[in-house]
Amino acid sequence: MENHVTATQNAEPKPGRSGASSAADTTSTAGAAALPRTGSSGRLGNRIFAGLSTGSGVLILVILAAVAAFLLYRAWPALTAGADTFAEVDFMSGRGLWAWVAPLVFGTVLSSVLALVVAVPLSIGIALFISHYAPRRLAQLLGYVIDLLAAIPSVIFGLWGIQWLMPLVSPVFTWLSTRLGFIPLFAGYQAPARNIMTAGLVLAVMILPIITATIREVFLQTPRLHEEASLALGATRWEMIRQAVLPFGRSGIISAAMLGLGRALGETMAVLMVLSPGYAINLFLLQPGQHQSIAANIASHLPEAGSTGVDALIASGLILFAVTFGVNLIARWVINRRAEFSGAN
Amino acid sequence: MSKRIDISDLNVYYGDFLAVEGVHMSIEPRSVTALIGPSGCGKSTFLRTLNRMHEVIPGARVTGKAVMDGQDLYAPDIDPVEVRRQVGMVFQRPNPFPTMSIADNVLAGVKLNNRRISKAAADELVERSLTGANLWNEVKDRLEKPGSSLSGGQQQRLCIARAIAVQPQVLLMDEPCSALDPISTLAIEELVHELKNDYTIVIVTHNMQQAARVSDRTGFFNIEGTGKPGRLIEMDDTTTMFSSPAQQATEDYISGRFG
Repeated sequence: MENHVTATQNAEPKPGRSGASSAADTTSTAGAAALPRTGSSGRLGNRIFAGLSTGSGVLILVILAAVAAFLLYRAWPALTAGADTFAEVDFMSGRGLWAWVAPLVFGTVLSSVLALVVAVPLSIGIALFISHYAPRRLAQLLGYVIDLLAAIPSVIFGLWGIQWLMPLVSPVFTWLSTRLGFIPLFAGYQAPARNIMTAGLVLAVMILPIITATIREVFLQTPRLHEEASLALGATRWEMIRQAVLPFGRSGIISAAMLGLGRALGETMAVLMVLSPGYAINLFLLQPGQHQSIAANIASHLPEAGSTGVDALIASGLILFAVTFGVNLIARWVINRRAEFSGAN
Repeated sequence: MSKRIDISDLNVYYGDFLAVEGVHMSIEPRSVTALIGPSGCGKSTFLRTLNRMHEVIPGARVTGKAVMDGQDLYAPDIDPVEVRRQVGMVFQRPNPFPTMSIADNVLAGVKLNNRRISKAAADELVERSLTGANLWNEVKDRLEKPGSSLSGGQQQRLCIARAIAVQPQVLLMDEPCSALDPISTLAIEELVHELKNDYTIVIVTHNMQQAARVSDRTGFFNIEGTGKPGRLIEMDDTTTMFSSPAQQATEDYISGRFG
């Protein structure tokens, strides 16, 4: 049954395609009759399409440049201002711009890294299960569920984090803090779990779908030839995955992680709702009131900010932009470093 | 280190579809057995059953017996992974691992199962396997380069080196030259000739001159029509098969009258 459905779906575009090809045939025969003829409908369509796609390409660059220019322009007063300028800004509590932004950058990166540490291994596991272990029907179902997860708004994740996740992880955190409290990471847990760890966990669930979906696609593209080469050498399924699938998907896994990291760095709502903010630079993952992310900070202070405050907040936005940009550059560099062995050639 | 394989009454199914029917065949150790026949006659499918690689294809299954030196390859307590360690395979298109260097490609099979191997032993094995595959002189100065940097013919010899590095009993070759140019093909054929001193070799080929050149025995597979199962029509010494085959179908195929 299923095959029938896909067959008809595949067949659908056919009439259009054959129509196009027959049109191409007529123009080509016309072209054969009079070779130097220009400006035929085929040429025109070609030009329109080339213009459209070039235009879209240029547009994305223009938008990126416009965002960067806006941020830079609006942030400039704050970036160049002296430390005393910000004395009047309530939420900066008397600190200069850099002293105020540094903990925010730290909190942003920390929550995102926590999210990645949890989400990437889990995503690889799910993607492997879907692509290489699960029976086909289950794999399809799981794929849909994962994609659905991506469609949930972040406010819902925030609510879910507060209502469901926090009570659930609280006993775990208590246990960690009492038993392993001598490790600074786990010291001094206080309920409720409005700490950076919970925020990281919520972020992990939020970025799970995009990472999983990307990695799954990469794994599915592993050449059958390489999988068979491995199996024919006497590899077990897991050895085949380590030998053929994972190395082939390596750059894809990194790209997927960066996509997720990009989303985690900029995520506002869930962090805002879950995390009890603070402006410290430390690794007390289980203590509330220690960290805050740039995006959540902007969202919480923008309504009450005066003009100097807005400048400072936009400057922090510019820094977030730069951090995200830097992360992507590093990822590119990591991928290109071993491009020779990527299997792309 | 080469074993004989006796196949009796072997059927291969894809789901409910009978793809290959009733094969009886003996494969002699230290010899080259060629399997020829038109496309779709099931010779590659049959070849895959000899190291249970058919199990990789969803729905494929086998009935009948394939016995390697007294050991039934399909016995329920036999792990296909073990079968594949003893029966190596070279594929139609060269498939070195692109993410590995030339040396690592050779060692790929040896490093499976968490086996540890010392640096010196590894170097020695790489050299021995690449020499065995007539590739050592061409690549000895660039063992750390990716395997995909080699030409198609070199890649295929690298795959042969990778297969013989684990010292299998039998080597299966599924149209190993079909993606190669004539010079590379000649290199592989010469290699097959040398390898038969140590291994049992089964080679599937579309090229009848190749079968005549490299093999000691030849089996002819044929199919009556689409939807019908492939069968082993005739099997004999290669010289007999190509001079005076017993079956009319064999003679028609060999003389180019069809297929």
